[in-house]
Amino acid sequence: MARSILDKLESLDRRWIFLAIGLAVAFPIFIRFGLEPNVSPPVKAFYDTIEKLPPHSRVLCSFDFDPGAKAELLPMCVAVLRHIIEKGHKPVIFTLWSLAPSMVEEQCNAVCKREYGLKYGVDYVYLGFKEGREAVMVSMGRSMRDAFPNDFYGTPIAELPLMSDVENYSSFAVLVNISSGYPGTKEYVQYVEARFDIPLISGASAVSVPEYAAYYQSGQLEGLLTGMTGAAEYEKLIRRPDFGHIAMDGQTIGHLVIIAFILFGNLIYIINRRRKA
Amino acid sequence: MKREIPILITLIFGVFMIIQFFIPHPSINRIAGTLQEWAIVVISFSYVLGSANILRINGEIVYRRGPDWPYKLALVLAFLLMVSTGLFGGIQEGSFANDKLFKHIYVPMASTMYASLAFFIASAAFRAFRIRTWQAAVLAISAVLVMLGRIPIAQDIWSELPDVVEWIMNVPNAVAQRGILIGAALGAIATGLKVILGIERSYLGNE
Repeated sequence: MARSILDKLESLDRRWIFLAIGLAVAFPIFIRFGLEPNVSPPVKAFYDTIEKLPPHSRVLCSFDFDPGAKAELLPMCVAVLRHIIEKGHKPVIFTLWSLAPSMVEEQCNAVCKREYGLKYGVDYVYLGFKEGREAVMVSMGRSMRDAFPNDFYGTPIAELPLMSDVENYSSFAVLVNISSGYPGTKEYVQYVEARFDIPLISGASAVSVPEYAAYYQSGQLEGLLTGMTGAAEYEKLIRRPDFGHIAMDGQTIGHLVIIAFILFGNLIYIINRRRKA
Repeated sequence: MKREIPILITLIFGVFMIIQFFIPHPSINRIAGTLQEWAIVVISFSYVLGSANILRINGEIVYRRGPDWPYKLALVLAFLLMVSTGLFGGIQEGSFANDKLFKHIYVPMASTMYASLAFFIASAAFRAFRIRTWQAAVLAISAVLVMLGRIPIAQDIWSELPDVVEWIMNVPNAVAQRGILIGAALGAIATGLKVILGIERSYLGNE
């Protein structure tokens, strides 16, 4: 009897695991813990890079992700945009992902126009999407107008006051890339950061970060945000708790449940092994 | 000649693009810029090619009432609807393509697909992190530490935990990632040289 239960537990039907995870992430919808994240050094480094920019700097933002990663990366984009705007800098935003343009546009308008009342073309610009991946990255290093002759709305960028004297990457104080894959941070490190001598800071989905940690450690990335946790940490730094903070409850319980399953699986495995020995 | 001319073109432009990286002269830059513009145009055409392929392959199956033809029909209709509304009504905020089709249909579906990963990861973790060997033990312990270190209560569990996680990411992880990156870069250089020198010809097709 005991043997049969142990065997069943060792190969637990995955639907029980799905149910446990479902309940774990749904729980904070009803009861909020209000957990505060600890700020990690790569997030602080990202924050400091924006803090130390000269006043009224132009900040180039490449938001490269699709709707699948929206829940994880959009809170990060919002927090970073708020920081850039509150410091008086001017974001120039674009995307290299074909599924992102309208999603990024909506968020740009929500933060820049509706939340802060910025004037389009003067305080911020949205260039939209350009196909070409690494070729576009390099093309912007030669001439911004060649890569993006018009903005998202079809206006020639030469007619936008914020863009009138922009030549290439040298016209920007820093490049912010928030990405969930290819093309994204890795390609900006390989094709842009050293070649065009522009400081690069990145936010990425949590699965990509182990790969980018090597770039952060070598100094090729001056700061690095990790998924939803990175967004929550950044919100804490700018003192604007938002969706990242809300999601921390679900993420915390979710992680704890996964850890509990790992420990439980190993406990059953060890008991079974001893019993069989 | 059918093979020699493409190989010659690849050789000339491949060698030029390598050389231009080391010669920052305006005239060289100008030519390289033009070539990159061409590359962008060619890449953009892959969308046209992809769209035509979707219509050709799926349209044929629907016409023949082949396997799963109702799904293929749904794909073709959804494709045509998305393309036509986007082309004629634009994709800006407030447009039908963005507000009705993209925001309210595509975005929730894509988010659902991505979110379902959490369930599969939990199930995989339960089965994969069994401590059968000492290497598996290192993997499982690292995974548990990093997962714990990424949540707000990490410091309450153990004050040194965030530092331990940073060490795992910056030392063992970075070392392994660098090895992989350097290996992949060397592989890419070797493949690039093989293509430029005409040794690797599979991109030309079988003809």
